[in-house]
Amino acid sequence: MADFERHEYDVVVIGAGGAGLRAAIEAHALGAKTAIVCKSLLGKAHTVMAEGGIAAALGNVWPEDNWQVHFRDTMRGGKLLNNWRMAQLHAQEAADRVLELEEWGALFDRTKDGLILQRDFGGHRYARLAHVGDRTGLEMIRTLQNTAVAKNIDVFMECTLRHLLTDGDRVSGAIGYWRPSGKLIAFAAKAVVLATGGVGKAWRVTSNSWEYTGDGIAMALEAGADLIDMEMTQFHPTGMVWPPSVRGLLVTEGVRGDGGTLRNKSGERFMFRYIPEFFRADTADTEKEADAWYEDKRNNRRTPDLLPRDEVARAINSEVKAGRGTEHGGVFLDIATRRPAEYIRRRLPSMYHQFKELADVDITKQQMEIGPTLHYIMGGIRVDPDTEAATVPGLYAAGEVAAGMHGANRLGGNSLSDLLVFGRRAGEAAAAYSKRASPPKVDEAQLDAYAQQMEAPFQKVGDENPYAIHSELQDMMQELVGIIRRRDELEEALVRLERLRVRAARARVTGSRVYNPGWHLALDLNNLIGVSEAVTRSALVREESRGGHTREDFPKTDAEWGTKNVVVRRRDGRLVLTTEPIAKVPAEMRALLGEDKPTGEAATGAKTVVAAGDD
Amino acid sequence: MADVQVWVWRGDTSGGDFMPYKVAADEGMVVLDVVHRIQAEKAPDLAVRWNCKAGKCGSCSAEINGHPKLMCMTRMNEFPAGEHITISPVKTFPVVKDLVTDVSFNYEKAKTIPAFKPKPKDPDGKRRMYQEDIDRVQEFHKCIECFLCQDVCHVIRDHDENKRSFSGPRFFVRLAALEMHPLDTNDRIDLIRAKHGLGFCNITKCCTEVCPEDIHITDNAIIPLKERVVSAHYDPLAWALRRIRRTRPALQAPSEPQSKVPPSA
Repeated sequence: MADFERHEYDVVVIGAGGAGLRAAIEAHALGAKTAIVCKSLLGKAHTVMAEGGIAAALGNVWPEDNWQVHFRDTMRGGKLLNNWRMAQLHAQEAADRVLELEEWGALFDRTKDGLILQRDFGGHRYARLAHVGDRTGLEMIRTLQNTAVAKNIDVFMECTLRHLLTDGDRVSGAIGYWRPSGKLIAFAAKAVVLATGGVGKAWRVTSNSWEYTGDGIAMALEAGADLIDMEMTQFHPTGMVWPPSVRGLLVTEGVRGDGGTLRNKSGERFMFRYIPEFFRADTADTEKEADAWYEDKRNNRRTPDLLPRDEVARAINSEVKAGRGTEHGGVFLDIATRRPAEYIRRRLPSMYHQFKELADVDITKQQMEIGPTLHYIMGGIRVDPDTEAATVPGLYAAGEVAAGMHGANRLGGNSLSDLLVFGRRAGEAAAAYSKRASPPKVDEAQLDAYAQQMEAPFQKVGDENPYAIHSELQDMMQELVGIIRRRDELEEALVRLERLRVRAARARVTGSRVYNPGWHLALDLNNLIGVSEAVTRSALVREESRGGHTREDFPKTDAEWGTKNVVVRRRDGRLVLTTEPIAKVPAEMRALLGEDKPTGEAATGAKTVVAAGDD
Repeated sequence: MADVQVWVWRGDTSGGDFMPYKVAADEGMVVLDVVHRIQAEKAPDLAVRWNCKAGKCGSCSAEINGHPKLMCMTRMNEFPAGEHITISPVKTFPVVKDLVTDVSFNYEKAKTIPAFKPKPKDPDGKRRMYQEDIDRVQEFHKCIECFLCQDVCHVIRDHDENKRSFSGPRFFVRLAALEMHPLDTNDRIDLIRAKHGLGFCNITKCCTEVCPEDIHITDNAIIPLKERVVSAHYDPLAWALRRIRRTRPALQAPSEPQSKVPPSA
């Protein structure tokens, strides 16, 4: 029997971003013995980087706003591939979750009447995002962190969990290691909530931090859970492109929400040329109307600068491909000529700081240079919409790691609200399950086998540099599984993934087990490569273009594909893909959506331009 | 492009030393990029914390040429060509390995702060606060918990024995944020004096100087808290009233009058 640190809990929450913290607070409040386990220090999870705001139909700025409109915007933004029930629950509950943060001490920016101020964002009909300047994620994570600490919830920081433990067909815990000491640690748990975020670090140009290695997706897959929509990856239209050191770093959509506009190198506001049929009725077709919309939403339609992210990212891609991009392979984002300097510094302080310090650009005087950056994955673990239960008993998932809520494309601001709404629901359901579940049985043979896998890199003499393998993976995914995809390149990606997998097994690890990032990365590679394969295979299966998935060889949106999810499972050590019908939207909810379906051709333009620029 | 050379402190609890590393330079490079390149090419087990790489998470604190800084926000072109550049772990906390220190002191102190406790809602069930009343507290909420203020604070930097009875600037900012929150009703004044050791601070402003978020820690958080402690504990009338009524004395922000939330509209 392996000898290492062991703990037993009712509910183990893996991940301490917004979803994980909210789930843990709920599970704890319902009396479950709860632990939070996270890879970084508490308060450093990716949620901290969220900038623009939390979407919730509070109706403080536009009283016309309500959950029905938010539901409609979310579903249309997701190209109707969303799980309608999740989109409904999200739209209905987001406002309560935001107000709850206020009860816990959060301080959002205020309207003149003293209520929570809301800002414009892409795809939202009304100004809807509760925010704190452009550091909303920091406010949210600190509020949740302080609340969890005040409630005395056990936190295991800098502790990486690598494998779920199973007892028959149910989940019974997880095993991993302490990053500082390198010592192994195992948790027996009645229920596990995965809140581990996405897999952005598989791409070269990404807004994501080192933590985004697809851990939760890989663990769920290994434990037998279903994934859906893995081909749906979001390239945020506005990442920094210059200098190389900051390429991919997020530039908040709030810049456009607060009046910024996109221009090509000749100064043209090119988004007017990229309005898709599906959004034509909602979108301004003249600069005059677009500019008037910011002040008067009743009589004007939304600026095309604030089309959903997939549309804007593809448009930028096409402009650059057509030779109308900037010197460094991006386009311009201009707020300097459109808003007073004082307004910009007050509304967008961290953008001002970020460009000034890292790019020597004063955004109150100069244009920003921006381009698409891999930001989010809509796909992930398939969950029950009401309880966030995965298809394996005892396993729950919330936040970016789960799928369904955002369909083919996520609207900005809907992520933070997703974390709160479904984090709470996952915590609630996991606690309820733990009350009726029998104590977890830990399979010692399974523990030993996983322990050996984690320790293996120290026991053999490898000849491959894990950093070099990771770097090649990022270049390959950027080039072959980027914004615009096609069959031959996706097939080539699968071949290369296999080669990288063989090399990753020979990763060389030096030094001790104490805080050893080379060892951690050697193990991360398994998750990164495994999840990349799920993305690539799903992308091959979906022969259409929709939302975050654009096929050059199938540029049209196909109504038939709009009724199906691509499902990924692991069986006998291999990925098995199927398509399954999505839940049908009931008539009373369908009436909220409008009758038209997404159609037409995606502007495929070219290959992923930002990478092509300088790699 | 030319190479850059830096000296990185390598070691663990048993000791260590600065090691020279030379890697290729890139335009716009920050110190954290250099550390990452060293990891990838020369020292795969080099320990460093980081997350956002954009000055938003406060993970990559270190001392660069002895100055407490975020590695992700320190550009290499700040240093004149040929300057001897050292990167070492923050001094106030015990080393784990290389650039990583044990910062659990901060997380333990956080547990001792009484939580936010809001007053009742307005009669219509809403919460009203005015922007001018929360500007100051929002300044405190900008804190990214990089703990550079803790690192530079001489009360604990050079006196480990003070850590037991002194929480440090980060937590004075946190306490000030709670005390000045227009909705909060908890009373922490006894604790601020007795348990968090506000009196140790002799307002040298070192913390303010290193704050990457430009929070005016000393002027806006620490001094107002000191004034509040004084009025609560050394004004006999206030002391007596406090004992009897357990009410909160009004806390004045230093430069602007703080209007309280008006009755509901």
